[in-house]
Amino acid sequence: MRELLELLEHDARRPVSELAAMLGKSEYEVEQSIKKLEKDKIILSYNALVNWEKFGDDTVTAIIEINLTPEREVGFDAIAERIYRFDEVRTVYLMSGSFDLLVIIEGKSLKEVANFVATRLSTIEGVTATRSHFMLKPYKKDGVLMTDKERDRRLVVSP
Amino acid sequence: MNESNNWKDRLSPRVNAIKPSGIRKFFDIAASMEDVISLGVGEPDFVTPWSIRESCVYGLEKGYTSYTANRGMMELREEIANHYNRKFNIAYNPATDILITVGVSEALDIALRAVVSPGDEVLIPEPCYVSYAACATLAGGVAVPVAAKIENEFRITPAELEPYVTDKTKVLLIGYPNNPTGAVMSRRDLLAIADFAEQHDLIVISDEIYGDLSYGDQEHIAFSSLPKMQERTILLNGFSKAYAMTGWRIGYSLANPTITAAMTKIHQYTMLCAPITAQIAAIEALRRGEKYMKKMVAEYDRRRHLIYDGLTKMGLPTFEPKGAFYIFPNIEPTGMTSDEFAEKLLQKEHVALVPGSAFGECGEGHVRCSYATAIDKISEALARIENFIKHNSK
Repeated sequence: MRELLELLEHDARRPVSELAAMLGKSEYEVEQSIKKLEKDKIILSYNALVNWEKFGDDTVTAIIEINLTPEREVGFDAIAERIYRFDEVRTVYLMSGSFDLLVIIEGKSLKEVANFVATRLSTIEGVTATRSHFMLKPYKKDGVLMTDKERDRRLVVSP
Repeated sequence: MNESNNWKDRLSPRVNAIKPSGIRKFFDIAASMEDVISLGVGEPDFVTPWSIRESCVYGLEKGYTSYTANRGMMELREEIANHYNRKFNIAYNPATDILITVGVSEALDIALRAVVSPGDEVLIPEPCYVSYAACATLAGGVAVPVAAKIENEFRITPAELEPYVTDKTKVLLIGYPNNPTGAVMSRRDLLAIADFAEQHDLIVISDEIYGDLSYGDQEHIAFSSLPKMQERTILLNGFSKAYAMTGWRIGYSLANPTITAAMTKIHQYTMLCAPITAQIAAIEALRRGEKYMKKMVAEYDRRRHLIYDGLTKMGLPTFEPKGAFYIFPNIEPTGMTSDEFAEKLLQKEHVALVPGSAFGECGEGHVRCSYATAIDKISEALARIENFIKHNSK
């Protein structure tokens, strides 16, 4: 299962026949495994990793560090939920260290994102401080280089 | 230039006795094409892991640009000794038993030159790496090819070697996991060879450059780890294949102190030392490179399954390789010779591979495909080969 997941995480569009050959399993077995992984919510979705910058889109991405005062009984979870329910919020992690939540937000402009943070996030009860960092250029995302691939420098035929 | 000087006659007869590699012709044709998919490459498609490259860059910044000891940096030799001790439980003394060379290629050359006298015979199981016979000839020896059979999964047995033994036989030169067949030898197979070597008092040169690329539950066995074999074995290994470091040119030999001293003598006069940059990188590879290597091996293993599956479904009798990154299908059902098959496939479908005849006469009827190539390219190449066979079989 682990190997199948690794292969799909790397390239979700591989045909089942190819996966089966690579893993030394039958196509039926691989299909059943995938169905089960989807049912168990181990595989959540299949997405394309897009280089929006190259496409010419000027979407703004910001990382927001948020400090919280935890609530009795529910700790950070209730506030985290209030934050992650916003569509603008792409990613939320609970962190160790000098802040509590790491939130990634996408917006059309710097102003829009800043405005969202000021009016919607900072005002949530329990949020004591926010620090926004705007992303300038992606180099690598989820293990994939965002630059053009290095070309194969090998000779075409060698012993 | 004066035509009457027959330059060919003035060359060394040993050099004239060697045929140029059969691979060259294909390289020239393939180089002129745009969309070639190459299964002809005998090296990893991965770039050297960054941590290894970075350690070399750091070394350069620190000014490591000098010669090293002839035998190589002591730190590297110690790492190699530790590695063999840990992995195979063999004790090699870094001061006397280990020589760092410019790739296994140099190690092979000087190993043969150190032990072969004019006319000595070198037993070479084929199909095998293209340099074995040539290096034996250049060392003044006589290469004696012995054919391994597909029925026996390209392993060699004492019964097959025995008829070729004469009173001149001095060396047995083996390379497992094997290029081009992907064959490996089990402990039982190797023990039989060890008995044979002892019985005929042979020196065994064991090229184990693909040792780390062994798949499934087939663990690699170092020849010198077999009972009583350490003294008579010259074990050759390097970093090119497992750590994707072909261009660094760094390898080593492990042998008894007398042979190592003799090889060092040749090495010091002809090479002086291996590049210090590559030696520093090799130290990093042994200290921290294993996890990167394991990841690459796992990827080769998946490709191995895919290409074996594809070739078999086309109806080509194929031995499922157990090591290295080559597969050696039999193309006789197509009615073509291996040379013809390779050349036409390249012309018509722009897929490059190497005819089996390049690896010894008994390689005829086969072609070598390297699966050190990205998965999507392997799939595309398989589709093109299938199309080619459909339309060109006789």
